[in-house]
Amino acid sequence: MTEPPLLSVRGLDVRFGALAAVDDVSFDVWPGEVVAIVGESGSGKTTLLRSIHGFIRPTAGSVLYRSDRFGEVELTMLDEPRRRLLARTEWGFVHQNPRDGLRLSHSAGANVGERLMAAGARHWGKIRAQALAWLDRVEIDPTRIDDLPRTFSGGMQQRLQIARVLVTNPRLVLMDEPTGGLDVSVQARLLDLLRRLVADLGLSVILVTHDLGVARLLAQRILVMQRGRVVEAGLTDQVLDDPQHPYSQLLVSSVLFA
Amino acid sequence: MSEPAVLVEGLAKEFTLHLQGGVRLPVLRDLSLSVFPGECLALVGPSGTGKSTLLRALYGTYVPQAGRIHVLHRGRMVDLASADPRQILSIRRDTIGHVSQFLRVIPRVPARAIVAEPLIHRGESRQAALRAADAMLARLNLPERLWHLPPATFSGGEQQRVNLARGFIVHYPILLIDEPTASLDPVNADIALSLIEDARKRNAAIVGIFHDPAVRLRVATREFALAPLAEAA
Repeated sequence: MTEPPLLSVRGLDVRFGALAAVDDVSFDVWPGEVVAIVGESGSGKTTLLRSIHGFIRPTAGSVLYRSDRFGEVELTMLDEPRRRLLARTEWGFVHQNPRDGLRLSHSAGANVGERLMAAGARHWGKIRAQALAWLDRVEIDPTRIDDLPRTFSGGMQQRLQIARVLVTNPRLVLMDEPTGGLDVSVQARLLDLLRRLVADLGLSVILVTHDLGVARLLAQRILVMQRGRVVEAGLTDQVLDDPQHPYSQLLVSSVLFA
Repeated sequence: MSEPAVLVEGLAKEFTLHLQGGVRLPVLRDLSLSVFPGECLALVGPSGTGKSTLLRALYGTYVPQAGRIHVLHRGRMVDLASADPRQILSIRRDTIGHVSQFLRVIPRVPARAIVAEPLIHRGESRQAALRAADAMLARLNLPERLWHLPPATFSGGEQQRVNLARGFIVHYPILLIDEPTASLDPVNADIALSLIEDARKRNAAIVGIFHDPAVRLRVATREFALAPLAEAA
């Protein structure tokens, strides 16, 4: 209980001209915890995620990360070489569209191996062995290791992206609608896989999703965003079963039950 | 008498329906109760008096407007009503178990993994947890051919037995139980009740909703009556 958070976001603002896409957002993520950020399109949840990762420079605020190799680092002030090193070793980013996170002209094995090499691995045989092990772990037939990802289905591509991100054993993974573009049956398989990997690897995850069912399944805590602000935060079952804010009540009551 | 395991003081719970013009539904007002280890307290009262609401507040799912919910967690009293989310998760992992009325099924996850999960969260090895899960499912008479299947297609009674196995696999000091026998045949209902009796003999403090008077007579050691709130002025 006394361990410090892995990531502390304080007063984060991202402005595009007059628009406050992210407006004074603060929260913590502890080791081994999955935090879901929910809200409809345009609520700022993806912008928040991208600004934490450093794809977008925040206008104001602080993001404190407790790194294995550098100790406490203020991400908004971090120099580019160190940010890149952290991004390919201690963090991962899973894009909604797997094509944004993969190299389509490289084989599946090369996609997984490339990230290992970026993190310093050099021994080709070991890299290939790890790539094979990870393909198996994300339920991709290892005989497909030399195939191009463009010959894969959408669900397979997403699983390949996840293998590519997790192969370097990151501590913090940011996921932007990881089940977004997939069929429901493919989604269920991916959710089951994510659920197991997150638990087995003790990952900390910030998960952006508009799907409250996905949040219920994967997250311990939820932040509800509306127009760039966090309007409610709490335990997953508390926010979904007893939402307090009018906007959270609207989100919860809008879900269709099959 | 020993210390209570649950001590509720002045609890109030009201739902504000923002989408219905801010209508307020008061459900609990100034409610106080205590539950001691080795007791099984049955919540009684007509539908709509807040029995399930109280149970969910005791689990930290519902946020009360006023009052305190002290629970004995790792040797000291912690107020659930003001605890932060991580504290509540720790209380749920080690101290309070909740057997809901219905199983929340997870796509693709087999019955025995659902049952084993609370033990794995507490740091038990996967193998030992699965062995314990199998023993619980056997005790609850779930046919072995179902253990490796996801419960989505199970009958109501089969799902409820998976739910009970999951709820009782950890020996929680505090147990919240909502209608454990509603969808069970007499033989399986009897097994479910024997689980409750065993938990009580282990000195668990139990709070339950049991609509069947015969069930209540058998497992409850005390009743707590909830009455409808007078119409808000």
